[in-house]
Amino acid sequence: MGMTITEKILCRHTGLKELHPGMLINARVDIALGNDITAPIAIAEFRKAGGLKVFDRDKVVLIPDHFTPNKDIDSAQQCKFMREFAREQGLTHYYDVGEVGIEHALLPEQGIVLPGDLVIGADSHTCTYGALGAFATGVGSTDLAAVMMTGEVWFKVPETMKIVFSGKMKKWVSGKDLILYIIGSIGVDGALYKAMEFAGDTIGQLSMADRLTIANMVIEAGAKNGIFIPDDITKAYVAERAKRPYSFYNSDPDCQYADVININVSGIEPQVAFPHIPSNVRGISQVGDVKIDQVVIGSCTNGRIEDLRVAAGILKNKKAAPRVRLIIVPATQGIYKQALQEGLIEIFIDAHAAVSTPTCGACLGGHMGVLADGERAVSTTNRNFIGRMGHTGSEVYLTSPAVAAASAVLGRIAGPEEL
Amino acid sequence: MKFRGKVWKFGNNVDTDAIIAARYLVSSDPAFLAAHCMEDADPDFMKKISAGDIIVAGENFGCGSSREHAPIAIKAAGISCVVAKSFARIFYRNAFNIGLPIFESRDLWDAVSDGQEIEVDGDNGTIRILNSNSGPLRIEPIPPFMQQLVSDGGLMKHIAKKKA
Ligand code: SF4
Repeated sequence: MGMTITEKILCRHTGLKELHPGMLINARVDIALGNDITAPIAIAEFRKAGGLKVFDRDKVVLIPDHFTPNKDIDSAQQCKFMREFAREQGLTHYYDVGEVGIEHALLPEQGIVLPGDLVIGADSHTCTYGALGAFATGVGSTDLAAVMMTGEVWFKVPETMKIVFSGKMKKWVSGKDLILYIIGSIGVDGALYKAMEFAGDTIGQLSMADRLTIANMVIEAGAKNGIFIPDDITKAYVAERAKRPYSFYNSDPDCQYADVININVSGIEPQVAFPHIPSNVRGISQVGDVKIDQVVIGSCTNGRIEDLRVAAGILKNKKAAPRVRLIIVPATQGIYKQALQEGLIEIFIDAHAAVSTPTCGACLGGHMGVLADGERAVSTTNRNFIGRMGHTGSEVYLTSPAVAAASAVLGRIAGPEEL
Repeated sequence: MKFRGKVWKFGNNVDTDAIIAARYLVSSDPAFLAAHCMEDADPDFMKKISAGDIIVAGENFGCGSSREHAPIAIKAAGISCVVAKSFARIFYRNAFNIGLPIFESRDLWDAVSDGQEIEVDGDNGTIRILNSNSGPLRIEPIPPFMQQLVSDGGLMKHIAKKKA
């Protein structure tokens, strides 16, 4: 029997000839990631278990992106603890403030994660790298500690749910809208424990940025991983970034899927996830009059250069509404620099946006844009749980960069067509 | 593994931000995290519970962020175990890895009310609701590998044992 791309990548990282859903396996890890919140626990566990040297200093990646530049003394202590470990271990991929970006934007951009890799990260949005045709999934800190010791991790081989997109996307519809639409259709546990494989003739229209956004949010449907079969767009993306070998995998024609969901995208309009759960999704025409206080454009979901270009196209020669605080966060230093060179930053500043250095900050209610009681934000991030971006009495509406930018100008949730 | 305690009920899709909010992730000290356990779901939770109590939840408990601070906070709060209809997968791993006992039961949530006492018998795979006339409820069996993790005292001890 044939295997899906997910099964194949897992298989190639074990000594097995073939495997099937439900099997418990031990797999070799190509890249193991931690951040300033999750790595400190992993490092402490690693040491407690007698760990001296990580299994491979090229493969353990530590990224201080959540509470950085440090927001207070406690977060500075956590970062210091992680930094000292990274130095002691001589980690190849440790990037500090000034070089660092949001982990899931930085790793693909720098070619640290590549097609065919098996990646684990002590961060739930590690699933982002499935966009490249890698198996990537989030784990906890103790799992990371175990991988740092052994280079291996245990998994239950997931069943695969195939999502087949067909048709042409409407203007202003992006990868964000497609994944919000899916989460709205299947629910936040609609893909629990499963792999989500994206296929269909629409995929060829999706840029790598769109694919990264889609794979980023499969965890919001409960999935273990999301994955795209590599194509010419993937090949072009990695060719200029990779510094080590990589492999392209495909699903076999006779592989087994647990479910197949067909979605014609031509009828989908820009989507908005209402509070307080990412599956509470409506089309932009069904939103009504929702006044807002803040707009955040950024994060590992939508802080890439393509996202900033869309936002700048809408904000050019316009200003954020007087009662709206607009915060724009390029996801990496590379993106920031490119936005500067393309004149996007000037457009943002003229639109009265606060442009921030790369950080997770506002996305998790950490710093750089925390919401007060009763405030409403439109955000291009991926979660809108109660209290996610600040006070438990605040509200978060998830959208694409296009809707976020248009909403900033109009002071209420609105699509760019209204401008 | 037998646990006996008072039930605290929560609904579906309790996310890890509700279990421990991001503003407290500046520390990984279990006692500090426990002090804020479930705060954004129920601000009085820590005042109400006593050691050994049991959280009973609906579908997809622990969804969202991978933060291991969530099961750590629950364990350090003195909760003896969590019984849910289903768990989000990273939370599920984390709980086993750190040694927080968790069980899946399709039926308990609808059968039990807040404050009732229950007994969870992990060995027999049953739950009894005390002082009620409902019969024993079945819990989903735990895969042998996961049982091994629990009996070894968590993932790191399991690895150490394998190496030795
Ligand atoms: S940007 Fe938000 S979702 Fe992405 S890694 Fe940072 S905190 Fe997590």
